[in-house]
Amino acid sequence: MIHSLFLINASGDIFLEKHWKSVVSRSVCDYFFEAQERATEPENVPPVIPTPHHYLISVLRHHIYFVAVIQSEVPPLFVIEFLHRVVDTFQDYFGVCTEAAIKDNVVVVYELLEEMLDNGFPLATESNILKELIKPPTILRTMVNTITGSTNVGEQLPTGQLSVVPWRRTGVKYTNNEAYFDVVEEIDAIIDKSGSTITAEIQGVIDACVKLTGMPDLTLSFMNPRLLDDVSFHPCVRFKRWEAERILSFIPPDGNFRLLSYHVSSQNLVAIPVYVKHNITFREGSSQGRFDLTLGPKQTMGKAVESVLVSSQLPRGVLNANLNPSQGTYTFDPVTKLLTWDVGKINPQKLPSLKGTMSLQAGASKPDENPTINIQFKIQQMAISGLKVNRLDMYGEKYKPFKGIKYMTKAGKFQAGLPDKWTLEYIKTELLHKEIRIN
Amino acid sequence: SSKNIINYNFYELVILFNSANDNKIFYLIWSSHDDLKEMLDSNKDSLKLEAMKRIVAMIARGKNASDLFPAVVKNVACKNIEVKKLVYVYLVRYAEEQQDLALLSISTFQRGLKDPNQLIRASALRVLSSIRVTIIVPIMMLAIKEAASDMSPYVRKTAAHAIPKLYSLDPEQKDQLIEVIEKLLADKTTLVAGSVVMAFEEVCPERIDLIHKNYRKLCNLLIDVEEWGQVVIINMLTRYARTQFLNPNINGGSGDKTFYGSDEDEDEDEEEKEKKPYVMDPDHRLLLRNTKPLLQSRNAAVVMAVAQLYFHLAPKAEVGVIAKALVRLLRSHSEVQYVVLQNVATMSIKRRGMFEPYLKSFYIRSTDPTQIKVLKLEVLTNLANETNISTILREFQTYIKSMDKDFVAATIQAIGRCATNISEVRDTCLNGLVQLLSNRDELVVAESVVVIKKLLQMQPEKHSDIIKHMAKLTDNIQVPMARASILWLIGEYCEHVPKIAPDVLRKMAKSFTNEEDIVKLQIINLAAKLYLTNSKQTKLLTQYVLNLAKYDQNYDIRDRARFIRQLIVPTEKSGALSKYAKKLFLALKPAPVLESPFKDRDHFQLGSLSHLLNAKAGGYQELPDWPEAAPDPSVRNVEVKESVRAVGTVTHRDTGALWGPQRMEGSESCSFPRAQSSEEEERKHQRKSKPRKSESESESDEDEESESESSQSESEDSESEAEVKKKKKVQTRVNYRGRPQEEGVFLQTIAPSSTLKSYELLHRITGEGLSVEYCFSRQPFSPDANMVAVQMQFTNNASSDTKNLHIEDVKLQSGMRVKEFPEIELLPAGETATAVMGIDFCDSTQAANFQLCTHTRKFFVSIQPPVGELMRPVFLTENEFKKEQGQLMGMNEITEKLTLDVKCRNEHTIVQRVTTAANLSRVPCGSDKECRFAGRTVTSGSLVLVTVATKEEGAAQLTVNCEKMVIGTMLVKDILQALTQ
Repeated sequence: MIHSLFLINASGDIFLEKHWKSVVSRSVCDYFFEAQERATEPENVPPVIPTPHHYLISVLRHHIYFVAVIQSEVPPLFVIEFLHRVVDTFQDYFGVCTEAAIKDNVVVVYELLEEMLDNGFPLATESNILKELIKPPTILRTMVNTITGSTNVGEQLPTGQLSVVPWRRTGVKYTNNEAYFDVVEEIDAIIDKSGSTITAEIQGVIDACVKLTGMPDLTLSFMNPRLLDDVSFHPCVRFKRWEAERILSFIPPDGNFRLLSYHVSSQNLVAIPVYVKHNITFREGSSQGRFDLTLGPKQTMGKAVESVLVSSQLPRGVLNANLNPSQGTYTFDPVTKLLTWDVGKINPQKLPSLKGTMSLQAGASKPDENPTINIQFKIQQMAISGLKVNRLDMYGEKYKPFKGIKYMTKAGKFQAGLPDKWTLEYIKTELLHKEIRIN
Repeated sequence: SSKNIINYNFYELVILFNSANDNKIFYLIWSSHDDLKEMLDSNKDSLKLEAMKRIVAMIARGKNASDLFPAVVKNVACKNIEVKKLVYVYLVRYAEEQQDLALLSISTFQRGLKDPNQLIRASALRVLSSIRVTIIVPIMMLAIKEAASDMSPYVRKTAAHAIPKLYSLDPEQKDQLIEVIEKLLADKTTLVAGSVVMAFEEVCPERIDLIHKNYRKLCNLLIDVEEWGQVVIINMLTRYARTQFLNPNINGGSGDKTFYGSDEDEDEDEEEKEKKPYVMDPDHRLLLRNTKPLLQSRNAAVVMAVAQLYFHLAPKAEVGVIAKALVRLLRSHSEVQYVVLQNVATMSIKRRGMFEPYLKSFYIRSTDPTQIKVLKLEVLTNLANETNISTILREFQTYIKSMDKDFVAATIQAIGRCATNISEVRDTCLNGLVQLLSNRDELVVAESVVVIKKLLQMQPEKHSDIIKHMAKLTDNIQVPMARASILWLIGEYCEHVPKIAPDVLRKMAKSFTNEEDIVKLQIINLAAKLYLTNSKQTKLLTQYVLNLAKYDQNYDIRDRARFIRQLIVPTEKSGALSKYAKKLFLALKPAPVLESPFKDRDHFQLGSLSHLLNAKAGGYQELPDWPEAAPDPSVRNVEVKESVRAVGTVTHRDTGALWGPQRMEGSESCSFPRAQSSEEEERKHQRKSKPRKSESESESDEDEESESESSQSESEDSESEAEVKKKKKVQTRVNYRGRPQEEGVFLQTIAPSSTLKSYELLHRITGEGLSVEYCFSRQPFSPDANMVAVQMQFTNNASSDTKNLHIEDVKLQSGMRVKEFPEIELLPAGETATAVMGIDFCDSTQAANFQLCTHTRKFFVSIQPPVGELMRPVFLTENEFKKEQGQLMGMNEITEKLTLDVKCRNEHTIVQRVTTAANLSRVPCGSDKECRFAGRTVTSGSLVLVTVATKEEGAAQLTVNCEKMVIGTMLVKDILQALTQ
C-alpha cells in the first residue's frame, strides 16, 4: 500500500522521509514539484499525481505537503484519510503540526510512523493505543527521562489492541472525573443582495473531553434528536441504539475526541443570525465609488453576536478605500484588494456600519464585479439549529462525574451579496415562453 | 556519560582545529560517525539511546548512515526497549544494503519469536519479515506459519501482515503463502480479518474460491473490524459479489446489456420486471444490510467503500441511500472532496435522480480551490435537467464573474453542455454567451466563441446575426482557438453571411503569416469553402492564401495547401475527386456532442485509483460483469456437524441466511463438550431423550428473562440498574451481530457433566424417619429465570405416612427470594418423592433458611449453595471469550498457580472436574494447552470466565475473570480444590 512518505515544506524542501518497503528515491518528488509549479495556488496541486512507476498521493495541512508514494492500486481516499490521521496524531502529540515541531520531535515522529503502518498497511491509528505505546513528549517527562533513564516507549501490548473497545486504554484513573461536551455548529450560507437566503445549512460537531476513571458507559440523549439529518460517529458509538432510540450510547475513548458530526437538513428552516445591508456603487467616469455596509443581528434568541469579522475582495480597479467604521477597525490591502473589518460584538441598539468612499484607477472603466462579502462571527451558548442535549448518564462506574455541556455557533462559509442580472433576463424569457404557450 | 560527551566535544574541536585541512568535510563526517560508534559501543543505555536518536534523525533527513551498520546491529538485543525499537528502525532501513551483516541479527528475532510475551513475539516477526534479505526466506516462511497458529490474535495479525512482505521478496512462495492465508481467513477474530484480506488481495486476489466459506463470517464481523480493514474487506466483497450473485437490476439471465445500454433512463426496465421474478440471494442481501450502517462511519474511505459497493451491487431503488453520506464527505478536507467529487461525477451520469435533492450542496464557493470548483461544475452540469436548469444557470451566471479564469472557462463550457442537453434553454444560453462576447476579458470571450460555435452547429440558420457578430470579433480577439472557431463558423455558414465572409478572408489573408498554426489551417479552410461557393469574389484571395501556405514552415500547413489546391482548382491532372469537392467541403456536419469526461468511467470500480486516473493502475482487479446464471450458492454453506442436525437445530435455509453462519459456528463449537461426553454411555442416552424439551424450555426461559429484566430496571437501586444496563448492552451487542438464538443453542447442548452431587438437607435420624437430600439440578428454573433450581428428594424411612410436606417461615438475606415447591400431600412410608424449588441467592453464597414442615413436625433446615452453582453456562466463541476477558482485567481477574492432581492431567478430566465444580460451559479453544469455560451468574448475569492453562509436569495456571470479585475468589478456591485432589 503506502511505500514511502515525504514531508515537504512550503519552500519545497523535503525535510523528512520514511520508507516502509524498499527505499524509494526522493527524486520521485520531482514530479510533485512539477505539479506544484503548474498549480497556481498551493491547494490546487492535484491530490493524486501519476508518475511512470509510482503514484503520489498528497494532502496539504499546515503548509506542509504530506506526500505518500504508492506503487499499485489502492483506494485514494484510504491514503488521504490515513495521511490526515497522521497529521491529527502529530497535532495531538505536539500541540501543533509545524515543520519545527516535527523536526524537534523527529524520533517520536519516526516511532509513531513505525507503529501506524506495517508494510504500508495501517496498524495502530487509535490515539489511545498509540499513547500507550509511545508517550507524548512533555517537558516534565523529558526531564524525568533524562534523570531516570526511562523511556517514552511502552513495554506492554496496549490492552486496547485486543479488547472490544480498542479506542479506550485500560486502567484509566483520575481524581476529578469530568466529561465535557462542546456542541459546535457552523452555519454555511449564501445570501443574495436582497437579503434572501440562497442556501443555508448547518453542520455541527460534538467534541468531547472525557476524563473518567475505569470503563464508564455513557448515554447521551437529545431533546430533539429528529433535527439531526445526517450523522457520522466515532467508532465507539453503538449504531443500533441510535437507530432504534436516537440515543448515543458509547464507551468513550480517554481524552479528547470527536463524538459525532452531524448535518441539519436544509428542509428545516435555518435561522440566519445576522443580516447584511450593503450598497457598493461605482459611477461611470468618476474616480470615486461609494461603500456602505451595515450589519445587524437577526434571530439570535437574545444571545450576543461576537467576534464579527467582515472581509471582502474589492474589484481590481479599486486603488484605495477611505472608510469610516462606526466601531472596530478596518484594513484595506491595496495589493490583494482585500478589505477586512474587525467589527467585534454587535450591539443591537447601535448597529455597526462601515461607510465611505473608494478611489478608483483614473480612466479605468466602471468595475462591474460586485464583490462578495464573507462574514465570520460567533455566538456563545447557543446552537443555532436548536439542538439541545437532554441528559447524560453514566453506567458501569460508581462515582459521580462532573458533567458539562457547552454550545456555540460559528459562521462557516457565510457569504452575502451576489448580483443577478442574468437571472432576471432568464426569468423574463421564461415568462415570455409561458405567454406564448398560453396564447 | 559526561565523560563521553566531553569526548564528543573534543572531537568537534579537533575538527575545528583541522579546518585548514583540505579534507575537512571528510573528517567531519568520519569523526562524527566515529563518535556515534563509540556511544553505541558503550555500556550505558542512555548513551546508546542518544546515539540511536541521532542516527534515526539522520535517516529521517535522508542522510546516509549505512556505515554504522555493524555498530548498530550489535545492539539488536539491547535491554532498553526504546534503543531496541530504534535499532529495528535502522535495521529495516539498511538490511537490504548490508545483507551479510543483517544476518547477524536474525537469531535474536528467532529467539523473540518464542518469547512468552505476545508483544515481543509480534514485534520480532514484524521486524524479521521486514528485513528484505532473500537468504532468510525459509526462516520467514517458517515463522509466518508458526505465528499463523499463535494463541494471540495480535501475533496472528502480524503474521497476516508479514505474508505480503514475504510474497514481494520471493513470489515463488505463493503456494505456501496461500495455505497460510486460507488458514487465517478462517480466523474468527476481528483483529485478524482486515489484515488477512489485505494479504489475500496482494497475494492471490484471483482465488475467489477461498472466500466462499468465510463470506458470511466476514459480512458479520465487518462492523467490528477496524476502519482500515473494513475498506479492504468491502472492496474485496464487492468483487466477490459480482462473481457470485445475479444483477439485481435485471430479470433472469438476459445479460446486462440493457443495464449498461440505458444511460439515464431510470424507469426503463420497470415493465420488463414482470417477465421473470428476480429473487435476491440471501447472501447478497446480507452484504448490503451489513455494510449499510458503515455509511455513518467517520472515516471517509469506509463511507466511499460502502458507497461504491451499493453503486455496483444494490438494486436501483436502494442506491439512493449513499447520496447523503457522499454529500456529507464534501464537508471534509479538500483532498477528500476532490476524490469524492470525481466519483459523484461518474455516479451522477448514471443515477442522476440520486443526487438531485442535494443540488445545492454542489454550489461553488469562492473559497474552493479551482480543482474542486471544476469538479463541482461537472456534477452540476450532469445534474441539470428541465426543472432545475433555471437555478443552475443562475448559479453559473455568478460563477462567470469569478476572478479565477480557468474556472470561468470551465463554466462557459458547462453552459454549452447544458444548452446542448436541454433544448428548452438553448436560446437563453446562447444569448447569455453572446453577451459574454462583449466581456472585457479575452479569455472569457475566446471560450464563449468556442462554445457558441458548437451550439450554432445545431441550428445555424436561425442565428446568422450571431455569426455576423462574431465575424466582427476577428478584429479584436487574439486567442488562436477562438479565431479558428470563428473562421470555421464563417466558412461553414458562408451562405448565411455572403457579404461578410469574403471580407473576413481578405483581412485574414493579410495577416496570414503572423497567425498561429490552427488559425492558418482554418484560413485555408475558409478560403477553400468560399472558393467553392463564391469563386468570383474570392478566387484571387484563395490563390494568394494557398501560395502563402505552400511556403509555410509547418509541413501540415504545406500539405493541407497542396491537398486543397488539387481538390478545388480543376486542372487536367486533377483526378475524380475534384468533382466532389463541394460535397467534401460543404457536407452537412453532425453537431458535436458535448459529453462529460466522466461518461462510462464506471467500468472501473468506483473509489479506486484507476477510476480516479481513468487508467488502469498496477495491481487493479477488474470488476467482473455479473454472471448470466448464479453460481451454486451452497458453496458458502459452512459444514454442519451431523450431531447438531440430529438434535433438530434449524439449518440456515430455514431461518434465512442471516442467522445461518452464526448458528452453525455456534453449534460446531458446541460439539466440543459433546464429543467428550459421548464417551459416557449413560449420558448419551439422556441427551437423546432431552433435546426437544430443553429447546422449548430455553425459549420460554428467554422470554422470562427479558421480563424480569424490565421489571428490575425500574428499580431504584442504582447499582443493579447499572448492572442491568450492562447486561442489556451485552445483549444488544449480541443482537447486533445477529446471534439472538445462541442461548437456545447452548442450553440444549450442554449436558450435566457428571452425576449431580447430592447434599443432605435432613438426616433421617433428626428427621425422625424423613430424610431429605437435595441437589442443584442445573436445569433452568422455569417459573423464574433468576432462581437456582434445587431438586429435593424426600424419602420416608419411617413406618407411618408423612403428610403435608411444605415450607414455612423462610428466613432470607435481603434481596433473596424463594419459590417454594408445591406441597406434597402424602408421602407413604418407604416411598420417595422429588420436588423442585427455586432460590434466588442474589449471587451470594448466603444460606437460605427455612422450616420444612410435615403435618406433625417442623425442621429448621438451610440450603447453602456452592459458588459453582450460582451460575449457568453460556456459550461464547473463542473470540468473544477473549474480548470479554479483555474487559474483565485488573481487580476482576484472579490468577492462581497450581499443580494438577496426578489423575487430572488430561484435558478431559480437567474439563470434567471444572464443570462438576461449577456450572459452566466449555469454550472452544484452538490450543490444547488451555481449557476455557464461561458462564453467567444466575441473578445478575455477570460473566464468569475460567481459564485453565496447563504446562509441563502438571503445573497449571488458573485464571478466573468475573465482575463479582467475591464470586471470583470463591470460585478459584473451589476449582483449585477440584483440580488438585
